[in-house]
Amino acid sequence: MAIASVHVHQVTKQFNGTPALDNISFDTGNGELFGFIGPDGAGKTTLFRILTTLLLADSGTCTVAGYDVVKDYKAIRNICGYMPGRFSLYQDLTVEENLRFFATIFGTTIDENYHLVKDIYQQIEPFRNRKAGQLSGGMKQKLALSCAMIHKPDVLFLDEPTTGVDAVSRVEFWDMLKRLKNSGITILVSTPYMDEAGLCDRVALMQNGRIMTISTPGEVISSYPLSLLSVKAGDIYRLLGELRAYPGVHSVYAFGQTAHVSFSGQQIERQQMFDFLKSNNHASVEISVIEPSIEDCFMELMNNPVEKQTN
Amino acid sequence: MSSTTENIITVKNLVKKFGSFTANDHLTFEVKKGEIFGFLGANGAGKTTAIKILCGLSYPTSGELSVAGFDIYTQREKVKRNIGYMSQRFSLYDDLTVFENIRFYGGIYGLGKKEINSRTNDLMQRLGFEAARDKLIRDIPLGWKQKLAFSVAILHNPKIVFLDEPTGGVDPITRRQFWDMIYEAAHNGITVFVTTHYMDEAEYCDRVSIMVDGKIAALDTPENLKRQFGAQSMNDVFIKLARP
Repeated sequence: MAIASVHVHQVTKQFNGTPALDNISFDTGNGELFGFIGPDGAGKTTLFRILTTLLLADSGTCTVAGYDVVKDYKAIRNICGYMPGRFSLYQDLTVEENLRFFATIFGTTIDENYHLVKDIYQQIEPFRNRKAGQLSGGMKQKLALSCAMIHKPDVLFLDEPTTGVDAVSRVEFWDMLKRLKNSGITILVSTPYMDEAGLCDRVALMQNGRIMTISTPGEVISSYPLSLLSVKAGDIYRLLGELRAYPGVHSVYAFGQTAHVSFSGQQIERQQMFDFLKSNNHASVEISVIEPSIEDCFMELMNNPVEKQTN
Repeated sequence: MSSTTENIITVKNLVKKFGSFTANDHLTFEVKKGEIFGFLGANGAGKTTAIKILCGLSYPTSGELSVAGFDIYTQREKVKRNIGYMSQRFSLYDDLTVFENIRFYGGIYGLGKKEINSRTNDLMQRLGFEAARDKLIRDIPLGWKQKLAFSVAILHNPKIVFLDEPTGGVDPITRRQFWDMIYEAAHNGITVFVTTHYMDEAEYCDRVSIMVDGKIAALDTPENLKRQFGAQSMNDVFIKLARP
């Protein structure tokens, strides 16, 4: 089996003087499910386009399965599957025609590699004679993944496969990724949804062309430098304002119907805050100590970036 | 919240068919004045179809609808003048400046030059965008565009603002700042009708409806929905409903 890992060393890319990637370095392991988590403009798509040999970096080096992205671009194209962020299959070809097309240009057939895509493709097979343009969002996504997989790639690049997809289809998609990963393929996936980070082996949290941190999801959470309370009370809008003015509070962010309040060390006494909110006429106040989520960590890193160690 | 008992949107038995396909199958619901109303559903459940009808951009096949006090069949222009709309693909012009965009939208909604100038200054100050006034939209950060698009959508003080996945792709801090703006608009009496795929945002709404296969499968406050479905979060509610 090929050494299907990805190495990226000090990669920089600018567009009209604006840095899209600013000195990015990372290595993925063989067979790893590696997530790039960050909002639009973080540099995720630029990075994937460089790694799939569709774009040249300004500086730095990248290898995919041991091949250099510049020198060996032809070899990389044969061993990579790429699902771009924007639906880019042929809208006026049917489901089956699209899949056959991708199999053919890679010199294989649907029959030969059917077992690889079976789990996913079976779900859309009843619609195999429907034009791709007429599929729902969730089905398009399944077809795009099937097409990216049909040539048995060693490395799979999935650029925001779940953006704009509803919560149910997102869960189904991640179930599919887990099964794919078990077949030994290396998967690099990007997403703006923080809650998907927990499903990856390791994640890179990205913002404005930089990697803020690279770790396992568990390590990201355990290195959160603050204490965190979840506070619930009747009027969330008023609650947020009052908590922001509370002494010792570092940050206050809404999470659904609760507010997450961060502070350093033991600075805040839970009972004291409870009494304060009660005296401010908040109904049914609930306060509990919680573990941070990836989203809490991401926001803290945005506010207070940690100087990354250079290897 | 400042929501009242007065209905600003009334929908009775809304049906929309495309050929033999029923996209909206007898929808019935009301939205209260000043409410933040979450309109959720899986891809293809029929949300966009319903929103287009509510905004006066498409006729229903049948049903009775009143939006901002006007009939959707006979008073469409009045409906349009009394609502604001912002979609996930920004409705701002990339090659116009911040100020030119505001002037353009103000003009469309019939605001005078003086009015536009004073509201622009007010807006620039409130958003902290003074320095960006003469910058092209394509040169400002995504988070700014989003805040500006929302501000422009309510520039003419509409009774209702429709937000179609307004926070897709932005960072978590900007997403929350955006919701602060939504709360503020609601406090000022603007009714907010919003769709989103972020289930934590569903919990910011006063009430939430969830569409499944063209029908409204549930409609209540987030608290009641969670209780009804024995769920910890709106995400769990959504998954239970949309994957029966």
